[in-house]
Amino acid sequence: MMRLQVNGKDLQLDGVAHDTPLLWVLRDELGLVGTKYGCGIAQCGACTVHLDGQPVRACQIPVSAVAGLKITTVEGLAQGERLSTLQQAWVDHDVAQCGYCQAGQLMSATALLATNPDPTDAQIDEAMAGNICRCGTYGRIKKAIKAAAQTGKGQAGKGQIGKEKA
Amino acid sequence: MDGEQFNQMMLGAGPGTGADVAPGMLPNLSRRGFIKVAGGAAGGLVLGLSLGVPGDAQAQSGPPPRPFVPGAFVRIAPDGKITLISKNPEIGQGIKTGFGVILAEELDAKWSDVTVAQAEVNAAVYGMQIAGGSMSTPLAWDELRHAGAGARAMLVAAAAQQWGVPVSELATSESTVIHAASGRKASYGSLATAAAALPVPDIRSLKLKARKDYKLIGQRFTGVDNPAIVTGKPLFALDVQLPGMRYASIEKCPSVGGKAKSFNADEIKRLPGIIDAFIIEGTPPVADVMKTGVLPGVAIIGKNTWAVLSARKALKVEWDTATASKDSWTGFVQQARALSKKPQGETVVKAKGDVEKALATAKSKTVEAFYQFGFVAHAQLEPQNTVAWFKDGAVELWAPMQLPDAALVGAAAGLPADKVKLNQMRVGGGFGRRLMNDFVCEAAYLSRRVDGPVKVVWTREDDMRHDAYRVGGFMGYRAGIDAQGKLAAFDAHMVTFKDTASGKVSKGGGISPNEFPADYVDDYRASQSFLPLSTPVVWWRAPGSNTMAWVQQSFLHEVAVAAGRDHVEFLVELFGRKSGTGAPTNRGLDPDRAIGVIKLAAEKAGWGKRLPKGHHHGLAFYFSHLGHIAEVAEVSVDASKKVTVHKVTVAADVGPVINLSAAENQCEGSVVDAIGTMALEVTMENGAAQQANFDRYPLPRMAVAPKVETHFVQSDRSPTGLGEPVFPPAVPAICNAIHAATGHRIRTLPITKEGFTLA
Ligand code: FES
Ligand code: FES
Repeated sequence: MMRLQVNGKDLQLDGVAHDTPLLWVLRDELGLVGTKYGCGIAQCGACTVHLDGQPVRACQIPVSAVAGLKITTVEGLAQGERLSTLQQAWVDHDVAQCGYCQAGQLMSATALLATNPDPTDAQIDEAMAGNICRCGTYGRIKKAIKAAAQTGKGQAGKGQIGKEKA
Repeated sequence: MDGEQFNQMMLGAGPGTGADVAPGMLPNLSRRGFIKVAGGAAGGLVLGLSLGVPGDAQAQSGPPPRPFVPGAFVRIAPDGKITLISKNPEIGQGIKTGFGVILAEELDAKWSDVTVAQAEVNAAVYGMQIAGGSMSTPLAWDELRHAGAGARAMLVAAAAQQWGVPVSELATSESTVIHAASGRKASYGSLATAAAALPVPDIRSLKLKARKDYKLIGQRFTGVDNPAIVTGKPLFALDVQLPGMRYASIEKCPSVGGKAKSFNADEIKRLPGIIDAFIIEGTPPVADVMKTGVLPGVAIIGKNTWAVLSARKALKVEWDTATASKDSWTGFVQQARALSKKPQGETVVKAKGDVEKALATAKSKTVEAFYQFGFVAHAQLEPQNTVAWFKDGAVELWAPMQLPDAALVGAAAGLPADKVKLNQMRVGGGFGRRLMNDFVCEAAYLSRRVDGPVKVVWTREDDMRHDAYRVGGFMGYRAGIDAQGKLAAFDAHMVTFKDTASGKVSKGGGISPNEFPADYVDDYRASQSFLPLSTPVVWWRAPGSNTMAWVQQSFLHEVAVAAGRDHVEFLVELFGRKSGTGAPTNRGLDPDRAIGVIKLAAEKAGWGKRLPKGHHHGLAFYFSHLGHIAEVAEVSVDASKKVTVHKVTVAADVGPVINLSAAENQCEGSVVDAIGTMALEVTMENGAAQQANFDRYPLPRMAVAPKVETHFVQSDRSPTGLGEPVFPPAVPAICNAIHAATGHRIRTLPITKEGFTLA
């Protein structure tokens, strides 16, 4: 039996091979499917989660190595119904296309702003370099990070963004 | 729609048709549509719309009549909640939001009252439910507007009846019917149940809004699934979990088409978490790659993903490669270069005037060039996967599909189409790969075989090694310039591929008789020769166009440079030769719309104006998927040949934009895709792909993304799609800028082959 602390909850795991990457434990055993698989070789960042606040590639971390550490996944970013500043900025800037990479992007961005609340473009490029977006939403990711950094809090999303006509 | 029409649709009503849109593709609703309506079980209004009037002889050539199904497009509950139904797959192109906006506009709904739901997969109700060819918007535009307007008309009629006033005195706004004279108002919710009991309006009586009256269309909307995406809700097929579900993964022969002879079954079955392992023979080979079913291999069934992936590492398979591909990219390159120097058995696809004579007597000079581009992978970020549950003689599946195909999937499991229920999941990237259903077939087959729920998972390596790629190719050009520096003669010889399985030109390969500039020069010839291809290839974002634009628009820039002419002036003169003729040329290309976007892109980018030191402009235009697009790239190249794309200005004429935010997102993403793909290739040797993951197929990252500025030409034409047409001109625009910066002409893709890299 193994104990894990995920998104503030203490969980017990039975019958899981110790070398199982945290990614597959989250997805298959705990039903936390927000964390995604994209490459399995630490190239794409779709599986990014936090261990004690540090962004890591969950496809590379065996579950045996995370006992006693605080694990945060994309499901743990919002406070109940209230989206985090970055999540709200992602909605307000309509960042996603297919959306598959975005959990990983949000986890990397959240870790960035936690240590550097007002990053430059170059610092954003560097911090986000481990996350691939195949749909190419990089410009919007960057805008959303900057907006979240600027306001410190997102604006209420209304679905219809702004009034400008095409 | 027959196979050839379908192909034309994937190509964007493209090369070969000579027509704007293949006949029978676009429904003519104003002539032959009707609306039906019914009260929902719980009250409220549910509205369906059906194409085709039974007995209408003219309808015979179009899509068959579809039965009415309550709630197929619009559902309004008595509490005022409005559910609009999006019938096509959402693959990141934003169609779910866009379809919602179109329906809501004509319904005159308040956007915050609206929820958009994914339609069930049901060809009888919705016809072909496809994300392909950038055709979702143009094909559904009339249908959705009529569905929205039809529901609105019924709500207005209900209010008129309740208040005893004529319909003509009523107006609508934000989910409310208003009688201005008396100041009365009624919400759609309060009218819905009464409206459902009223007769259905004749579709011809519906008055659609004029563009100036749009309240929603053209504004920015955040995607309807964004809140679920940012909170990690299960949206994708890979996220589906069923009770007692097993996990499956299939090892396939690295050389495409090989079969498993034997493997270390005893050892594999003893591994922890492994339930079973067996050889799959696969479904019989097919000529059409789109009908690929189950490929041969070794299937491993286990209790979780990691168990099956670990077991695969311990697999030792003996492959029978007798039927496997022997394709070699280096071999193709050698053969193509030889063929291009000395064409043999070439097919002339178009000839007019006397191109040889014109070239020999060119008053000014001739220009010659040979271009080469490799194969690339789709590499959608969500690898192939499907969840299937076979029980009681039927199979239900949850899959990331661009083109659900119940008959094909059923056949893989030995079941008729009516025993297959497909659930359309949000697709984690499409790019054309999920127009195939091979992975869905695998899940159906394995679920029946293990008699229970199963999730089929492909690794990234499976996905890249067993992609059906974008086809590579080669193009030799010759052009003659007259004494005024004008393009006078044009010869194109393409070395392209034919699939060995079908004997047909590989999807996305070949040159069309109507390719630009066929209609614009008097002495013109286009011909092609073929190499046999066993490697599967299929549609890849803007198929054909994504490479044709690069060779053609790069070469035309070569001609402009050789003629000593400004590139914008050169292109405007060339298109101007057919200006004002009215008739579209080159499969729907309108020369005046072309000139419009070329001038717009140049003006907005500051063409000819001073740029920061070391920055250079390049421009290109291409027409594909019914969109006229011009782009100007601002590029610098450093001493070590590192290319930085600083900014791309996009001018797009795609009719009125539905959701401005999604439209800009598609433009930004297409530009990033185009830049990244310039530096990528999949090469094959002995039939096996040499790249299998992002370490050797490095997709672009954030630092590569330029500023993208988009300008849309708004018009009263019908809107056309944006998932594809912005990609093709981006590549030549950047290469033309590289030439401006360095004097070096990129004639090989990926650019790494010529020593260039992306910064
Ligand atoms: S899945 Fe972990 S980095 Fe790609
Ligand atoms: S939104 Fe599709 S991969 Fe990023």
